[in-house]
Amino acid sequence: MVRFENVGMRYGAGPEVLRDISLHLEPGSFHFLTGASGAGKSSLLKLVYLAERPSRGLISLFGREIATTPRREMPALRRRIGVVFQDFRLIEHLSAFDNVALPLRVAGVSEPQIAEHVTELLTWVGLADHLQARPATLSGGQQQRVAIARAVIGRPSLLVADEPTGNVDEDLAYRLMRLFEELNKLGTTLVVASHNETLVDRFDQPRLHLEHGELSLQPAPSKGKR
Amino acid sequence: MLRRRLDLPLDRDGSGRFLPWIVALMVYLSSLALAGTLVVREVLERWDQGLRGTVTVELPAAPASGKDDGAVELALKLLRAAPGVISAEPLDTKRTAQLLAPWLGADVDLSELPVPRLIDLRVEPASVDLPALAQRIKAAIPGAELDDHRRWLDRVIRTGLALQAVAFAIVMLVGAAAVLAVVFATRTGLAVHHAVVEVLHLIGARDGYIARQFEWHALRLGIEGGIVGLVLAGLTVAGVTAAAERVGAIDDTARLLPLVEAPLYEWALLLLLPVAAGLIAMITARITVLRALSRMP
Repeated sequence: MVRFENVGMRYGAGPEVLRDISLHLEPGSFHFLTGASGAGKSSLLKLVYLAERPSRGLISLFGREIATTPRREMPALRRRIGVVFQDFRLIEHLSAFDNVALPLRVAGVSEPQIAEHVTELLTWVGLADHLQARPATLSGGQQQRVAIARAVIGRPSLLVADEPTGNVDEDLAYRLMRLFEELNKLGTTLVVASHNETLVDRFDQPRLHLEHGELSLQPAPSKGKR
Repeated sequence: MLRRRLDLPLDRDGSGRFLPWIVALMVYLSSLALAGTLVVREVLERWDQGLRGTVTVELPAAPASGKDDGAVELALKLLRAAPGVISAEPLDTKRTAQLLAPWLGADVDLSELPVPRLIDLRVEPASVDLPALAQRIKAAIPGAELDDHRRWLDRVIRTGLALQAVAFAIVMLVGAAAVLAVVFATRTGLAVHHAVVEVLHLIGARDGYIARQFEWHALRLGIEGGIVGLVLAGLTVAGVTAAAERVGAIDDTARLLPLVEAPLYEWALLLLLPVAAGLIAMITARITVLRALSRMP
């Protein structure tokens, strides 16, 4: 699903923020990405969701080597990846419905199908009464759910979430993680970045731990702490 | 008009606020330049058609003694007998005086001046052999000249063509300025909406999908500005014509008739200027956005 081989990354002429990253994520796996603030979690996720290119090393997604994939084929790859951004990145002038509908619209899905799927998903995340609400009128938790709905509406093979619980209370954070577990059970591969060790400890998933730009794999706890 | 659902709030930012006015100014200047070109061309064609088939035969001035030397009669006889000649009529003294009045004044007695005698010749251009006719006239009447007005008309046509070239250059320059304005407006729009553009890019939107958002916006602004410019140009032409008529600067024959009588496709060309402005804005926006997106990973 995701393979990194000796990947390094730097922004411009700056120092390397990621060094010699090698990892292999199997289809259907669920990994937490942990590390202190500034350890490079967001940079690693940007490489996974194709927002940045590595300065060295090889990245393969869905069996395709990214460096040799023609640019015109990249949108199709990106549609197989759902992203929950740290700051949600909802489009302010669009309603919750239209924000969630975006991935389907860019993929050319028909409007009747969009209406059906988006309404169904927003109802599932508890926002049936807020279909036409603008993001600014929604609470942090509601915005979070819209962002997650937008990330999963296209039924991605890989879901990447960057600090998805950073702006919500502990109870909602736990429920969001449970939602990710449900999605994982449906076959979606997940990588969830979080610096909330307490929250991550409550789940039985392996961790990718980043420290000073270097990655280590910590296996899943033998027993859940939920 | 032309409103469609956009993922980018291009209508609400300032990036394109002045674009319609810039396009309006461009279309205004282009319309005036093109209208001027149409008028010049129509006038030249009228003169060309009016003078085609007309020839002036110029005979030396009558002898100072006032005695008829028979040159006019001889010339008329020769001319009327030539193939392709429809009519040959001498200009009488009164008509000659009218022609010379702008230079000599209305009160001059031409009998005291060595004024050439003129014959107005109407010919069938296809069947008359003017060089041969000129040779025959010169042989029969030394000093006689045959003028088909070509030399004068050619100079006027060259001047007209130069004016058309200048007008064309103005339209091209104005078009280039409009393209630059659209490029800057589009780049500003891209900068203002960078975050949204990035989200669209990351959720798998093709470059063409994002570019279309800017294209439609630019097309609408271009057409709106173009219509304003065309209307203002129409009002200007009408206003200038009315003012010129009021002060007597032009007479009935020099009004907008050449423009009104221009072929339909030339009128259509003027009316299509707003559409052309919209299309130029649309294509420019598309190229600008695609180039910017090509720099994204």
